[in-house]
Amino acid sequence: MKNLFYTASLLLFLTGCGGGEKGSAGKTSYAPPKASVEETTTDPMQNKGIGPVKEIQLGEVDQALADAGEEIFTQKCMACHKVDKKFIGPSPKDILDRRSPEWVMNMILNPEEMVQKDPIAKQLLVEANGAPMANQNLTEDDARKVLEYFRTL
Amino acid sequence: MPAKSLNISEHYNFYHVNLYKMKSDKFFHLMFLVISASLITACGGGSEKAGGGLESDVASQVYVKPGEYDEFYAFMSGGFSGQITVYGLPSGRLFKTIPVFSVDAEKGYGFNEETKPLLNTSHGFIPWDDSHHPELSQTNGQPDGRWIFINGNNTPRIARVDLTTFETAEIIEIPNCGGNHSSPFTTENSEYVVAGTRFSVPVPQEDVAISTYKDKFKGALTFIGVEDNGAMDISFQVLVPGYDYDLAHAGKGKSHGWMFFSTYNTEQASTLLEVNASQKDKDYIAAVNWKKAEEYIQEGKFQELTSSYLRNYYDEEKQMAFSETKDKVKVLIPEDCPGLIYFLPTPKSPHGVDVDPTGEYIVGNGKLSADMSVHSFDKIVAAIENEAFETTIDGIPVLKYEEIVDGIVQQAGLGPLHTEFDGKGNAYTSFFISSEVVKWDLETKEVVDRSASYYSIGHLMIPGGDSKKPWGKYLVSLNKITKDRYLPTGPELCQSAQLYDISGDKMKLLLDFPTMGEPHYAQALPADLVVPNQVKYYKLEDNHHPHAIKNPTDGRIEREGNEVHVYMGAIRSHFTPDNIEGIKVGDKVYWHITNLEQDWDVPHGFAVMGAQNAELLIMPGQTETLLWEPKKEGVFPFYCTDFCSALHQEMQGYVRVSPQNSSIALKWSLDE
Repeated sequence: MKNLFYTASLLLFLTGCGGGEKGSAGKTSYAPPKASVEETTTDPMQNKGIGPVKEIQLGEVDQALADAGEEIFTQKCMACHKVDKKFIGPSPKDILDRRSPEWVMNMILNPEEMVQKDPIAKQLLVEANGAPMANQNLTEDDARKVLEYFRTL
Repeated sequence: MPAKSLNISEHYNFYHVNLYKMKSDKFFHLMFLVISASLITACGGGSEKAGGGLESDVASQVYVKPGEYDEFYAFMSGGFSGQITVYGLPSGRLFKTIPVFSVDAEKGYGFNEETKPLLNTSHGFIPWDDSHHPELSQTNGQPDGRWIFINGNNTPRIARVDLTTFETAEIIEIPNCGGNHSSPFTTENSEYVVAGTRFSVPVPQEDVAISTYKDKFKGALTFIGVEDNGAMDISFQVLVPGYDYDLAHAGKGKSHGWMFFSTYNTEQASTLLEVNASQKDKDYIAAVNWKKAEEYIQEGKFQELTSSYLRNYYDEEKQMAFSETKDKVKVLIPEDCPGLIYFLPTPKSPHGVDVDPTGEYIVGNGKLSADMSVHSFDKIVAAIENEAFETTIDGIPVLKYEEIVDGIVQQAGLGPLHTEFDGKGNAYTSFFISSEVVKWDLETKEVVDRSASYYSIGHLMIPGGDSKKPWGKYLVSLNKITKDRYLPTGPELCQSAQLYDISGDKMKLLLDFPTMGEPHYAQALPADLVVPNQVKYYKLEDNHHPHAIKNPTDGRIEREGNEVHVYMGAIRSHFTPDNIEGIKVGDKVYWHITNLEQDWDVPHGFAVMGAQNAELLIMPGQTETLLWEPKKEGVFPFYCTDFCSALHQEMQGYVRVSPQNSSIALKWSLDE
């Protein structure tokens, strides 16, 4: 008897107000993020990433700009990136042979969205065992300086 | 559709509770029918009338959707926890405990080297206090969201909490004071916060017989000036008869320039106050003209008293607190300063003294009286002009009661304690003994509504309810006793707050929620006065902590005798350095950890095995220091305590401790 009572009550709870509640919070579907990352087939150099930087024109290396960039890199980035080897994250050496300049700056400026949406950044997060790229809140100017420094490596 | 879900869960509770009490199958039958019937009714397609079902209305009023913000910040006193707790209204959700007067191991407050000086006093390091009255800073008589002040009652102090960081920024000790209770109420533009002594003491302190109370003991009403940057210092004290000064509130509008302090024990008893301090029918509200006081200070009509007190402040640039000792205070003696202070007779042992938004009505909540006296500021001014004095005590004229009272709220309840205002002509008074909130009309003094509180309400609070412009939408009652309101937790039960909707003619109880420590007073203000000013992280370039490192390459260890300074960086998810050798038993190891993150909500913790104090909890861009004195040889782990990333569990390191006489050199590394 009691069991029946429990079951009946439970059923009522479960089905109680089932109809006609479209759009309520309980109905929104939540898709768990996938652990695996789809292969990227596009040319990485064509990928500009996601973020505020849309187009960068690179001219001659501006040494003063690069020097300023080195200072910022030392203070804000070196806890995780070393020039001569992969550390927590990849080395920035020759980065512009592998990535577009826009991608590099967007990764610095907008890492949270990049690791969620950009195929290369997603792959890097997996390779780093989930160690996130920290957002160090550089300004766009700062990120441009750091990019210039990378060109000198 | 909160209506439906609440109906269901209420019935469920009913069923659940009774399940333990009644076990017959018949009962289940019956309950089944009841539940079925109610479900059918509840799901009947929204036919309920608005306001008809109390439950539905109430639930939607306090429900803040996941991810959405509350409308108000509420700051509750932590009572004997010594802290401030921060809640959202109307949800009653707890956001943070701000450590103020008590050490807090969770945040390392009072344990790390940076915050220890905040708790220094002339009695030494005091790790606890009893905090009663949070008071928001004001501009033009309205809370402005810059700071919140709170009193330490036991070892008299006032703290200032910065609402850009929700951290304690300053604590000043109050000399010549015993029990800083009538504090830290603010003037209209936070020109001053005040401190009235609850327990009069010998002034200056001396070793005398307690029986000399009437001769030697004095009260001090302290005015603490607040500068534009928040810095506090004691501007002056008014030396008054040895009564108990209980609560205070500033005049506003027409009464701006005055501060009102309630008193009890005008009998001047020093023993069995329960009986001996309740002899007289009337005690006093002390009305201090602080603009007049400023004139007397300018004219030099003060005495300088030698009294030692400390001012502790947190230096934002250096990211650490400093203590400075002061040894002089300016004192005004009423006999030398006519017009400075008057006594307003008020029945009986008045507790709260509350000034309405216009500044005209001064409500004396006579806790041992059946009636509440409401004084008129205009009448007070006239009585002073006409010298309508019934007597003078130590140079303080006592105004004639009949000349100043505007009206009496008669027999409204038992044990009136505090009154707040809604800005619409109504006052709300808490009655402790009859455990209720009573709403009354300020003009007519007539009771217009009452609502029970569960149980034994002390203070009550309306957002901005002691200011010129209350946001009169909600009222919070702060209750001393909860008895059967919550799941029991052994002999010690929680205290609680209750939220009422006061937007309509009738008060409506919306929500119970527990509070941390005894809730005395509270303050609240709209969230949009606070949210835009939030500090999200500390900029590394502005970190001038003497032991900060600005980048991980500066990570190092330095030895000076048996003092060892570890300069360490923390970022997701490693410490630099994380392997340390060359520490010896008997060393004093100072771990200076800089959080190198530059983003919001990325604190790192630091804990090392055998630490006899606490952990560190370091905000982004901040440097904090933990003193560690290893007692044993061995290799000890340290790690990050605040979950920081997917590799948080890997954020760890080792420190090797060698014998005192060992010759092992200091060595540090990361990934070598």
